[in-house]
Amino acid sequence: MPEVRLVNITKKFDSIVANDNVSLQIHDREYFSIVGPSGCGKTTLLRLIAGLVQPDEGEIYINNRLVNFVPPEDRGIGYVFQEYALFPHMSVWDNVTYGPRVKDWEKKDKEKIGREMLEMVKLYDRSDALPSRLSGGMMQRVGLARALAAGAKLLLLDEPLGALDAKIRFELRYEIRKFAKDLELTAVHVTHDQAEAMAISDRIAVMRKGKVLQVGTPEELYMKPQHLFVAYFIGESNFLQGFVSKVNEKESIVELRGGFSVRTLDKVRKKGERVVIVIRPQVLKVEKGQKKRINSFFGQVERLRFEGTNIRYEVRLENEDVLTAVYPSLSAEWLDVGEKVTISFPAEKSFVFEYPEKGLREELALE
Amino acid sequence: MRVLDSLSSKPVVRYVIYSFSVIFFFALILIPPILGIVLKWNTMGQIFGEPSLMSRATAAIYASFAIAIFVSIIDIVAGLPTAWLITRGRSKWLNVLDTFVDVPFIIPTVALGYSLLLFWSGPEGISSLFGGSLVSPGWLLIILLHFAFSYPVVVRVMVGALLDYKREYEQAARTLGAAPLTADRTVTLSILKPSLIASFTLAFARSISETGATIMVAGAFENGPILINNLKTEQQLGYEGALVFVSFILIAISLAIFAAIRLAGPRLKMPIKKVWPMAERKLSSSGVTNLRNGGTLLVFFVIILIPSLFVALPAVRAVSNGTLNEAVMGVGIWGGYWQSLILSYSLGAVATLLNVIVGLPMAVLIARRRLGKMFSGILDVLVNVPLIVPSIALGVSLSIFWENFAFIPEIGLLIFAHVSITYPYFVRSMTAAIERVNIDLESASRTLGGQPFTVFRTIILPLTKYSVFAGAIMVFTRSISETGATLAVTTQLQTAPVLLVDWVKGKVPVTPLEIGLACGILVVLSFIILLISRLIVRGR
Repeated sequence: MPEVRLVNITKKFDSIVANDNVSLQIHDREYFSIVGPSGCGKTTLLRLIAGLVQPDEGEIYINNRLVNFVPPEDRGIGYVFQEYALFPHMSVWDNVTYGPRVKDWEKKDKEKIGREMLEMVKLYDRSDALPSRLSGGMMQRVGLARALAAGAKLLLLDEPLGALDAKIRFELRYEIRKFAKDLELTAVHVTHDQAEAMAISDRIAVMRKGKVLQVGTPEELYMKPQHLFVAYFIGESNFLQGFVSKVNEKESIVELRGGFSVRTLDKVRKKGERVVIVIRPQVLKVEKGQKKRINSFFGQVERLRFEGTNIRYEVRLENEDVLTAVYPSLSAEWLDVGEKVTISFPAEKSFVFEYPEKGLREELALE
Repeated sequence: MRVLDSLSSKPVVRYVIYSFSVIFFFALILIPPILGIVLKWNTMGQIFGEPSLMSRATAAIYASFAIAIFVSIIDIVAGLPTAWLITRGRSKWLNVLDTFVDVPFIIPTVALGYSLLLFWSGPEGISSLFGGSLVSPGWLLIILLHFAFSYPVVVRVMVGALLDYKREYEQAARTLGAAPLTADRTVTLSILKPSLIASFTLAFARSISETGATIMVAGAFENGPILINNLKTEQQLGYEGALVFVSFILIAISLAIFAAIRLAGPRLKMPIKKVWPMAERKLSSSGVTNLRNGGTLLVFFVIILIPSLFVALPAVRAVSNGTLNEAVMGVGIWGGYWQSLILSYSLGAVATLLNVIVGLPMAVLIARRRLGKMFSGILDVLVNVPLIVPSIALGVSLSIFWENFAFIPEIGLLIFAHVSITYPYFVRSMTAAIERVNIDLESASRTLGGQPFTVFRTIILPLTKYSVFAGAIMVFTRSISETGATLAVTTQLQTAPVLLVDWVKGKVPVTPLEIGLACGILVVLSFIILLISRLIVRGR
């Protein structure tokens, strides 16, 4: 059964390093996503697995078989393209049965799988249509049916929802996961949309500038980011800069600018070290007036954004740092712009990272 | 400029410009080359009383079409793998190949014809290896010649198509289990079918039309254009009827074939249902691929490139033995040569200029469907007609038509003929270029306050200037090469290719070295023009 293993993969395009010494293991029947900003090398990684490009260094194993020199047609994969890549001169039926046809299956088997797959994606009644007559969502369903009809057990999806409208994208992502699970496939899904990856993946790899930064379940990535960029890219975060002023066996105190200090449960950083504290907007508590709390700051609501489901406050602290807090708009007591507030968070809900060498802005840059 | 800009916002002005270009097209380019023949309809009866002439005519017409179809087929067979190699290969030497492919296209066709004649039949060419003449002048040499000059057309069109092609289709086929050859055949070639048809049509049209070089290499063999030329010089009894008859049939069949391709082409199904996985997998192996690439290169070098450049041999020798001095001094025959050269290049310049002036509005009109979808569509088809009609037949018809206007001097006829023949090249390339400019850019310019001419001047022209330039170069080189229509409309004036045909055919006492040098000069001038144009295009 398909298990994918990448060992020390490096791929360059002229001077651009698309993949820089990447190693990954994707388990059998796992729904695995690769996320990262555009240009991070995630699509190249997928194309390497498919055999559409060749690595400069490193090995690719599918089912413990070295496939570096195996052409795409012999890797037993199904590939779904962002822009569908449905053959424009063939009907939906001919597209879906293309794999069985070029593999010379028995006519009976070919018809059976074609019908099954088209019924699964609910497009059997459009068998005779040309792709140009279908909507985007339908085209991608056909793309999926076509990839699956070839009998592949390893499904590779390259931004499969990237070209679709928001609502369709939302529906189809759960469908894709369901198909993969029902058919007991291993799926590798590349996307720049972290919310999409979080919603459907068993595990996720976060990539940036050709490197894999962290691999983990959605919960792990969100709750225990091991890298500043992961904390930034997965979910939302506030960043505060400071120096560690005190460390003991239980906690450490971080000194922010303007004489503010914060308690954290971090025990790794040393005294005097420059650090970045990461706080999710959802854990920040904003109260009217000035109240005495642990880890609290006084400030003023500077901006308010109503987003439908949520309401978002930007609070300027007395030391000029700005924190963003998010509340469900139906449950919260609304605050006004200009209101004096106390903003606080529990010590255990923050992450502390070493201040990056190249500066915070560079570290979080998407491009 | 400001005045022109504001004038252009008046609908009247726009329609005057568009109408002018449409009227010019119909009155000078489309109608005369066809109507002339019809005017002399009554003379056609003469040939039916001359059985020997009739059988000569039918044989020649048959030869023309048989050669054109055969050449177009081998063009595709040889040109497609070349285009594939150029676009898909990884070696940087392929850039060189890409440039050299254009050589037979750039060399004026008569020089190419003479070069091939020397290579295949001359005592110093390939024949010297075999003792005696390997390929004597005749139909086989015509095929080799037509293959050489139409091959670059096919390669050019297919390279363009392959570069535009979204490779994802092919990759999708591969991930679904298709071997490379299966993917190419069932997916890529099917999607590129329109380009295949277009390149076939262009190769066919080139072969049907070419006259000057064909006369050089034909020996006693006759195809349509050669027969027309012979009839004109022989002037035997009933020749006029035969002239009209052959021209008419050539034009009619060419148009019929063009119409058939146009109508049936889109419906033509590629054989993609059946797949032979094992066989095609074997044929996709690197061994077979290398063999194919090797064969492709071999054909290109041995049958196309070396024969095309063979004329350099006598040309170089002529430079060293003093013939060049005579030529430069304009001694003897060389006076006429330089005159013909000046005539050719001035004619090329005038034809180019006229084409740009009347062709640009026409291209906008077709690309942007300014006169409605239907009419623009019809124009889009009609501009191809001069391309399809054999050029000497076009010339015959043209001269019959303008005979009725005695005040038009021969040079006028010559200009009409050249503008007519080159017209499709410019309009077609410009139409395609303008279609590639996203119409939203025009809308953006309009919403920002641009008047129609401002939009054209500041958006369309800058984005398509290289196509304007490329189209102009194409018109110019085509005009320099033109012989068929030129032979048909002239009695006194001689352009360079016409003069060279006379030299090769022995109508003027000249030595092979002199012909070689004369061709060499023509080739060098053409290369200089190509070089300058490449430099300018690279400069972007």
